[in-house]
Amino acid sequence: MQPDLTQELLELVRLTATSLPADVEQTIAAARDKEDAGSVARSVLDTILQNVQMAREHSTPICQDTGTPIFYVDIPAGWSTREFRRQIEAAVAEATRRVYLRPNAVNSLTGKNTGNNLGDEYFPTVHFHEVDGDTVTVRLMLKGGGSENVSTQYKLPDTRLHAGRDLEGVYKVVMDAVYQAQGKGCAPGFLGVGIGGDRGSSFYAAKEALWRTLDEPNPDPELDALERRITEDANKLGIGPMGLGGKTTVMATRIKAIHRLPACYFVSIAYMCWAYRRHTMIYRNGQVEYK
Amino acid sequence: MREITIPIADETIRSLKAGDTVALTGVMMTGRDAVHKWLMDTFINKTRQPQGDDLEVYEAIKKILDHGVLYHCGPVVSGIDTGDYKFVAAGPTTSIREEPYEAAVIKHFNIKGVIGKGGMGPNTLKACQEAPAVYFHAVGGAASLIAQSVQRVLGVYKLEFGVPEAMWVIEVKAFPVIVTMDSHGNSLHKSVLESSQARYRELIGA
Repeated sequence: MQPDLTQELLELVRLTATSLPADVEQTIAAARDKEDAGSVARSVLDTILQNVQMAREHSTPICQDTGTPIFYVDIPAGWSTREFRRQIEAAVAEATRRVYLRPNAVNSLTGKNTGNNLGDEYFPTVHFHEVDGDTVTVRLMLKGGGSENVSTQYKLPDTRLHAGRDLEGVYKVVMDAVYQAQGKGCAPGFLGVGIGGDRGSSFYAAKEALWRTLDEPNPDPELDALERRITEDANKLGIGPMGLGGKTTVMATRIKAIHRLPACYFVSIAYMCWAYRRHTMIYRNGQVEYK
Repeated sequence: MREITIPIADETIRSLKAGDTVALTGVMMTGRDAVHKWLMDTFINKTRQPQGDDLEVYEAIKKILDHGVLYHCGPVVSGIDTGDYKFVAAGPTTSIREEPYEAAVIKHFNIKGVIGKGGMGPNTLKACQEAPAVYFHAVGGAASLIAQSVQRVLGVYKLEFGVPEAMWVIEVKAFPVIVTMDSHGNSLHKSVLESSQARYRELIGA
């Protein structure tokens, strides 16, 4: 019998909304130290770090835009995805009632907010994946609207940017995206880049890329080098925290390449704000662990 | 850090320069996408007839916004069911979405300060010179911290727009902001855009 994991999922939501992952906090702290004393950039990062501690301590949302809850669920063979989704929805609705989440599901045609963060099969977004063994792994990412608004997709070749269908072309369009975003995605941010796919899967890959932790290199050495080059060069733009000038604009770049159609070469940039909220729940034999 | 109380006098606005850090105290109001569209359509362009409590709300907010401050924010608020409202998380939303409306709204209501993040465009910058008014940048995502500066929620209008989009009237104390667009045509956003453009062109060899 499939267990009821609603309470465990509720805790995953609370953790993700209120407790910034340790690797992200450390990266922001390192960026803060690089900024000049007395600069606007340093004071912005100080405020951010203060807020992160306060949110964790009081169990309040790190950012008021708790975004789209995006769940990636690895389940054993035989589990019901419909039942699992029901439990996820119950957890999300309860988390909203407890104000860990802001009600964010708005009917696009009527403008009406559903009030409980439930809205059609896309909200919350749940991706299921069947795996071997008996361990359930649930990854939750909260992705806010500000970062979504500066996320974008290019098709190569791009005439305006003189970008061809190669990694040099990818570099050029990603740099353009960072330049256009300025501070509007709540810089300093992180870049998830998807290469290939169709219009939909390309963005999916870009968001998936964001799951690699900040200390893991890209297994492909060419992509690893490109990730580092993009991050370094993005910072040379001097856009800085909140776009008010500074040394750090992008804290890390993560690239995932998938197959594409011959006619299409999409490059999707999933811009992630500094409030990079992601946590994992692992359930096995009645035991639950959170990372 | 300059301490400024709301309502704000024109001379105080004129004395502020881009880059100044300010702590705001007093009563202000939130308003974002739905509110700007509603104000524009119903009271400025008048493409839609006032309905329901529109006129009543208009009269009430006129008083708050005159020499007042509008905050681009969709907060997380507890006590929705009981009416005992408390701001739990209240950082700014990206202001540029309101650029089509803001200059007209500033002038219509005699607003002195707009709080948000990411800055606004040339029309708003011009309106700031004329009104006079300033754009105050709050730190994006400093939601729990900013919520602490909210002493009380005095009320809410148009809750039917949804919690994030309603007009929340709040009393704040020492709300920390940075002036990034002043009433003299200076914009930190414009200067960062220009300098980043130069470096961008260098990097891609344009």
